[in-house]
Amino acid sequence: MANETDITVEVHSQEDIITARQSGRELARQSGFGTVDQTRLATVISELVRNALVYAGGGTCRIYSDISDSQRTLHLVVSDEGPGIVDVPRALEPGFSSGGGLGLGLPAVRRLMDDMTIDTHPTGTVIHARMTRKR
Amino acid sequence: MRVPVLRLGHILLTSVQSDLTDEQAMTLQGDILELLRDGKADGIVIDITSVDVVDSYMARVLNETARMARIMGGEVVLTGMQPLVALTLVEMGREIIGVETALDLESGVERLKSSLARRDRDRNDTRANPGDRYGE
Ligand SMILES: Nc1ncnc2c1ncn2[C@@H]1O[C@H](COP(=O)(O)OP(=O)(O)OP(=O)(O)O)[C@@H](O)[C@H]1O
Ligand SMILES: [Mg+2]
Repeated sequence: MANETDITVEVHSQEDIITARQSGRELARQSGFGTVDQTRLATVISELVRNALVYAGGGTCRIYSDISDSQRTLHLVVSDEGPGIVDVPRALEPGFSSGGGLGLGLPAVRRLMDDMTIDTHPTGTVIHARMTRKR
Repeated sequence: MRVPVLRLGHILLTSVQSDLTDEQAMTLQGDILELLRDGKADGIVIDITSVDVVDSYMARVLNETARMARIMGGEVVLTGMQPLVALTLVEMGREIIGVETALDLESGVERLKSSLARRDRDRNDTRANPGDRYGE
């Protein structure tokens, strides 16, 4: 397989969660990220993609890397056309869940990645998370 | 695909061989609880050596399985967690996994036997009903 550094996985089913995180892990590996970062990314993909599936009925997961002389950055963008996150600060609190979960998904993303931006409206949600390492 | 659950005397053994979908994880939970409920076993060792992602959903299923098993008088021990998975879980915050763990299948079985023996001793203290089914 050629070095794929920009992958998009359409998410409609639970199997797609597994496909997305495996693709993400592979892309991270090919972009020079270590096994600890690969596992962090796979876990984060699992959290965000499942949220898109559960709360929005599906979505799109894009993973790409951006490599310069001094650093490499891994980008994860998960978007959906669901109802949006009603109360973002609350959704980020560990333990808050509207769906009977542990409420640890979004807090985990924040901890495992370097930063995360949430763009959410009643017509959909886009979450962009990044991980940057010096070369 | 269904995750096979083996029975070894009063102990169940299962080895999760790949990443499970949410539904497969729920099915496994149901299978385990059914076997415990039917009195076919008293405890289970779940080996996750081949699992390379444990997210908050999987953590919840594992915690719930252990909690429900305890309500039915059983015990659950989790074995073989990959170091990278353990590290990620720690980073995810708090003690997200509330299940007893052991390094490998062998020590997991030992751990389970001794907690079941301890449980029986505690019962015997109140009921004076001897028996050492799990021999320590
Ligand atoms: N894509 C989304 N669209 C709409 N609401 C969302 C979305 N993602 C998250 N939410 C809301 O934010 C809450 C917190 O999400 P988070 O992933 O932290 O926890 P959870 O999914 O409820 O449980 P867990 O991830 O631990 O299984 C959710 O319960 C839901 O209300
Ligand atoms: Mg979630």
